[in-house]
Amino acid sequence: MEALEIIQIVGLGLIGTIFTMIIKNYKPELALQLSLVISLIIFILMIGRIVVVIDVMRELASRANIDLIYINTILKVIGIAYIGEFGAQICRDAGEGIIASKIEFASKVLIMILGIPIMLAILDSIMQLLP
Amino acid sequence: MDIDLVFKIAGLGIFISVFNMVLKQANKEEQAQMLTLVGVIIVLMVIIQLINQLFTSIRTIFGF
Repeated sequence: MEALEIIQIVGLGLIGTIFTMIIKNYKPELALQLSLVISLIIFILMIGRIVVVIDVMRELASRANIDLIYINTILKVIGIAYIGEFGAQICRDAGEGIIASKIEFASKVLIMILGIPIMLAILDSIMQLLP
Repeated sequence: MDIDLVFKIAGLGIFISVFNMVLKQANKEEQAQMLTLVGVIIVLMVIIQLINQLFTSIRTIFGF
């Protein structure tokens, strides 16, 4: 059943690309907006699958009684990375490499901030191991 | 909802570019610019709804 999903998505992507090419030499700004809409639609189509994967991950984590804080932090980092990547790709596709690199820089900083508590926890556990 | 949204926006884009050419022939440059602006704004409203849907779903999934 899942194979049909990818065919639908590839079809949508190809048709969208063709339309974007048509519009690009007349109205480049509309072409950019069209490619943005297509990438949003493809992601929205895939939300159901992502939720399933994350539920399984949470289930495994709770079964292995890993602390929930770590899982939540990992999910937040994935979310930030994804949105940052999404914005950066759109800007780079429009030719704005500078803005794209600034967006990536900001997402790296935010992820660093999220990672600090985990690093501290690791350091504490290491300190306890030392004699 | 999704697939025909792409066709709607593509059709709008093609219609606007054709209509712009007609306006240019009738040497009404400023109307052509206004039409481009209107087209961009219409598509922007659609995009804002989709982005809103994207961000709320990401927020719920990744537990922001």
